[in-house]
Amino acid sequence: MVTVLLNGEKRELGERTSVARLIEELGLRPEIVAVEVNRELVTRARRASTELCDGDQIELVTLVGGG
Amino acid sequence: MTTTPKPDPCADTPLVLGAHSFTSRLLVGTGKYASFEETRDALAISGTQCVTVAVRRVNLDRKTGPSLLDFIDRSKYVVLPNTAGCFDAASAIRTAELARDVLDTPLVKLEVLGDPRTLLPDPVGTLEATKELVKQGFDVLVYTSDDPRLGVRLAELGAKSVMPAGSPIGSGQGVLNPNAIRILLELVHVPVIVDAGVGTASDVAFAMELGAAGVLLNTGIASAKEPLRMAAAMRDACSAGRQAFLAGRIPRKLYANASSPVEGTIEGASPRG
Repeated sequence: MVTVLLNGEKRELGERTSVARLIEELGLRPEIVAVEVNRELVTRARRASTELCDGDQIELVTLVGGG
Repeated sequence: MTTTPKPDPCADTPLVLGAHSFTSRLLVGTGKYASFEETRDALAISGTQCVTVAVRRVNLDRKTGPSLLDFIDRSKYVVLPNTAGCFDAASAIRTAELARDVLDTPLVKLEVLGDPRTLLPDPVGTLEATKELVKQGFDVLVYTSDDPRLGVRLAELGAKSVMPAGSPIGSGQGVLNPNAIRILLELVHVPVIVDAGVGTASDVAFAMELGAAGVLLNTGIASAKEPLRMAAAMRDACSAGRQAFLAGRIPRKLYANASSPVEGTIEGASPRG
């Protein structure tokens, strides 16, 4: 297991979980989210190949109403 | 016999922002509505072709429901993500990058705010972030104060639009310093869009009469008692203000100037001594 900080909260993930896999496991629609790991954008193209490591800080965002 | 079509006396040029060209000069935010349905309907009535959205953390506690994006038809609206809530250049830049990854658009409404109470833009952070985002290929529409020199500097850095606040975000105070906006309009040669502070239709009309290229608003519609009716009012005000600006208003004079002929009035109708 690896422990990450996902949107500010601790969360346990399986070893070698990719960003794409995380999005799937959370039941999110991949086309309406964006992901940052340790303050670096993980682009759509790199989601499948980017594996999460112990201590990673993940920001998982979407678009909401705003002005 | 051939007839040349009469030119439309009310014709206007489009508002051009980056690669996009708009016939509506009203940009509308999607925050604070009672529901996604109301958001969708208000946008439709407002006639806008460009809508703003914000970037926020996914709520992992809530079961995944519909997304705002399900209610915004991207064949009708250009979606303009903002960096609202960012209080430094670095987080604004990261937010812009995240938004670009979702929407696949170079457009960003850059906001680098000074403090949460006033939500006034931080000029230094705004300059820094504009420079970096332009370098990264973004089309930066930048929220700024009504300071004319700052507007000039932002345009020089490559901003595609300079967007001065009429008054603080969501305050409904209208355009507080029209002279600053007038000077800004003279000095800045990219579209100037009055962003923020608009409370009612006359505020929009006034901003457009000053010569603004457009108005961006959210709370004025979303928090009105009847948002859909206010969306119609804002649409008409934007168009009315624009036409009045293009038409050219009469100068203000101290004394009256009769509209009816002053000669030929009947006996006894002349003014007294």
